[in-house]
Amino acid sequence: MRMRVIPLLTSATLALLTSTAAYAGDVRIMWYSDGIEGEVLQDLMNRFKQQNPNINVIIDNVAYGVIKEQLPIQLEAGNGPDIARVTALKDLSRHWLDLRPLVSDPAYWDTNFGAQADWMRPDGSKQISGFMTQITLTGGFANKTLFEQAGVPLPGKDATWDDWAAAAKKVAQSQQIPFAMALDRSGHRITAPNLSFGANYVGADGKPALLDKGAKDFITKFVGWTQDGTMSKDVWVSAAGQTYRAAADDFINAQLAFYYSGSWQVPNFSTKIGNTFDWVATGSPCGPAACTGMPGGAGLVAIKYTKNPTEVAKVMEYLASEPVVKEFSERTLFIPAHKGVIDKGDLSFKSDNPMVKAALNTFVEATKTTSASAQKMPGWRWADTVYGAMVARVAQVVAGELKLDDAFTRIDADVAKKVKDSGL
Amino acid sequence: MSPSASLREIALTPVRVVMGLIDAPLRALQKRTGLSGMALFFLAPNMLIFGIFVLLPLAINFVYSLTGGSALFLPDRSYVGGNQYERLFDCSSYLDPLTCQEDAFWTAVSNTFWFVVLQVTFMILAALVTALILNRNLAARSFWRAVFFFPVLLSPVVVGLIWRWILQRQGLLNFILYPFGVEPYTWLTDRMWSFTAAVGVSLWAHMGFYALILLAGLQAIPKDLYEAADMDGTRPARVFWRITLPLLMPNLIVVIVLALIRSVQVFDEVYILTGGGPGTSTLFLTQYIYETGFVSQPRNPGLAAAASILMGLVLVVLTLLQLGLGRRGENKGKR
Repeated sequence: MRMRVIPLLTSATLALLTSTAAYAGDVRIMWYSDGIEGEVLQDLMNRFKQQNPNINVIIDNVAYGVIKEQLPIQLEAGNGPDIARVTALKDLSRHWLDLRPLVSDPAYWDTNFGAQADWMRPDGSKQISGFMTQITLTGGFANKTLFEQAGVPLPGKDATWDDWAAAAKKVAQSQQIPFAMALDRSGHRITAPNLSFGANYVGADGKPALLDKGAKDFITKFVGWTQDGTMSKDVWVSAAGQTYRAAADDFINAQLAFYYSGSWQVPNFSTKIGNTFDWVATGSPCGPAACTGMPGGAGLVAIKYTKNPTEVAKVMEYLASEPVVKEFSERTLFIPAHKGVIDKGDLSFKSDNPMVKAALNTFVEATKTTSASAQKMPGWRWADTVYGAMVARVAQVVAGELKLDDAFTRIDADVAKKVKDSGL
Repeated sequence: MSPSASLREIALTPVRVVMGLIDAPLRALQKRTGLSGMALFFLAPNMLIFGIFVLLPLAINFVYSLTGGSALFLPDRSYVGGNQYERLFDCSSYLDPLTCQEDAFWTAVSNTFWFVVLQVTFMILAALVTALILNRNLAARSFWRAVFFFPVLLSPVVVGLIWRWILQRQGLLNFILYPFGVEPYTWLTDRMWSFTAAVGVSLWAHMGFYALILLAGLQAIPKDLYEAADMDGTRPARVFWRITLPLLMPNLIVVIVLALIRSVQVFDEVYILTGGGPGTSTLFLTQYIYETGFVSQPRNPGLAAAASILMGLVLVVLTLLQLGLGRRGENKGKR
């Protein structure tokens, strides 16, 4: 008897050790965190597991780089997790599972997450792929303490980019800081002022249009500011190509009077600035055409290669439910995408810092006034292509390698080449 | 039998068992294939691994370079022949990257060329001088050897980060220079200084390794040659040119080949240090390939593969050239 048991046990152990197959009821979530959202998710999922003991949710906490570089390859091979938190929502949308036939109330999803549904589904499709775990919006931050010390009043709600540049310059001169303003090295970030200056990236055929007057006007102004020292050029020349660089550290170290970035910086500033100085979110400065910021964010999507679509839908329904979205947003200090939660306006962000609450409320308010053209960008297939070309070439101008007119020509040529490369 | 002998016997038993098991089939194989067949048989596992992990990816990379589109997997990609190579070579003047269709590629080629020239030259000189100094009877010689070798042990990412912290606006260098009246300067946003930093940091990070190879070569030179030269009253410079350098040449060639290959492939520490900027002043070939294949939107794996094949060809030519020179040197030595 014993002779039989040992090989059997050995075989079973080996099988268990070597098996990676998904079991019925397993739901694997690939998740990255910028802050404490991983812990909040774990907490929420623990509660879900108590209510649904037959569904085993496994959270794989990974670095953002894994989501960006490894997940697309896994998906191309028809593998990957069951659910993932991603930012390349449109680009990878062919891999997302349609939850419409699986969720109990598709109308709930359409009503509350419908504004961003196109961001994460193939063009022309009506599928429900998931929901945004957070909405981000680009916007400005001002170092209130520096403004007060310089005796310069903070520009008002409808202040233009020129107003902010003039005020920030006065502060920089008075307070002896290296730069008055900074804007992240990102095509997404520079697109907000471009749109405020009247830019339109989308051609009549839905493909990228040539760079227009609006975009050229702001880029010209931006380059001029980097040359006269108003705008920090450090962050723009600190890399080649499309590499993303934020100027957040300069703002945290009180080296900037005004910093244009986005709502995702609020938890970062809350932690790193603390009470060192007072800061405020300002919304987006105005241009001749609008005062818009650029929306974006991360979404939680179901993957169509899952072996357990029913369980996946249950997990997604739980996480997308109004009380869970509200709690998640309040604890993580993220702006929710859920229309019902936004409209009720009773979000109580869990922070003792009044600057954080004020900043988040500013961004929540600003989401209501984002321009229509800005709302379309996250769901536009070619947005990243245009952003990439713009960053690479504008950075070359800032570094003194290219003339502005040559850069405009090159941006158009680069975008055209990419469109051709894609074969679409 | 002594205890150590019995221990050896126990340890060798499994070996003997295995040898006994494979003896008969190997003898049969040798009878069938002869000695040359046996050589191939023993080389086969290594060649198989080399084939799977080196030759096969190389072949796949070449096939990729003949395809277009942004799809990642070969079956989803369309055959475009030599279009990617044509695109890379589409230039009005190769000396002016901005006249090329892929200006970033030619900027990277130009930057890499100057990086190789400067880095390898200074690397060899610095490694040689360091090895010559470390070969002398210094106090705490082992300590100094460890000091020069230490950067080699660091991860390239760590090297890049350390030097970025030193060279940034609020970095250590500005902190040191400020009391002397030097205003804080952002070294890495200046085209000339960032290139100099890329060469310097790379030199700092790798010099110890090459110095160690040269030091081994110096220690292998028979002492009696130096004693004879000393007795003849030969000047130190003549000793260096006539004894040290010729006898060090095999090691020097190895060092030159390795330094050349490494500098053409430069990526990690410079990527962390400057990100290829300011502008494209420290954009090197490997970063161009990486960004074209993996970062840009949409990705272009075909173009990246074509650029990497060209880079591979340059490396092969350089290696063959250096090996040829080395062989000529060896033949001269024999004559």
